[in-house]
Amino acid sequence: MIRDLVFVALALLTVVPAVWVVSSRNIVHAGFALLFTLLGVAGLYAFLGADFLAVTQLMVYVGGVLVLVLFTVMMTHVPAAGKRRHGLDRLVPPAVFAAAVFGVLYKVVTAVEWNASAAPAKATTAEIGARLMTTYIFPFEYVSIVLLAAMIGAAILIRERRPEADDEENREAQA
Amino acid sequence: MNIGLPHFLTVSAALFALGLFAVMARRNTVAILMGVELMLNAANVNFVAFSRYVQHGIDGQILAAFVIVLAAAEAAVALAIVLALYRNYGSVHADTAQSLKR
Repeated sequence: MIRDLVFVALALLTVVPAVWVVSSRNIVHAGFALLFTLLGVAGLYAFLGADFLAVTQLMVYVGGVLVLVLFTVMMTHVPAAGKRRHGLDRLVPPAVFAAAVFGVLYKVVTAVEWNASAAPAKATTAEIGARLMTTYIFPFEYVSIVLLAAMIGAAILIRERRPEADDEENREAQA
Repeated sequence: MNIGLPHFLTVSAALFALGLFAVMARRNTVAILMGVELMLNAANVNFVAFSRYVQHGIDGQILAAFVIVLAAAEAAVALAIVLALYRNYGSVHADTAQSLKR
């Protein structure tokens, strides 16, 4: 009974702010609603017995990605163009398509006989670490390279381009 | 009510549909990015739920961890692109970046 209530609370904590994320006109409100959705997903991980992933979700998403998103929102002032009413003809096709996708997914979820049974929950961190160093060692190394490349790419993309600074560098290089 | 796999899959389907709607309907690039994050989280919930209820192992959780890493990399690059867009066009709306059309 308690278990059911906890699941319902987590599901609501995940889905209700997500509705706010996609519908809010104010992008800052959407960012803060995203915070609750990500917390709800972390709670769902914990509910599923994935303790390591729940903490990772908190640290990477809530502590990293979300802060990055909010910084970007606050560094980019959106002018009054956002005040314009959304045309209904622009919103209806995506809404219909998304509802259709949800309908199909829900139909599949309810129609299929999943043959599911819960595995007993146990601490996962040690096993994840061992797997990352054995079975998944190559994906693990590749993903670290991808992350490094993405960080360098992001730094280059947002670098302030000052022609005179480039000239100075060129002169120094030639000298 | 016995909480099982279908409940998690339903929550994840709702998250995915909402993210899809955000990606298709929103004009603000940051909002589009939030939609992408919602969809990635939906996929992750599916990974973890299947690994708990069907596979009874831990591989789904490891894949979900990889997805989290790639989502972080994607967010960093995408937000850098948003900032560059803002610097060059003075707006973060996706349909202002259309100079290739002209």
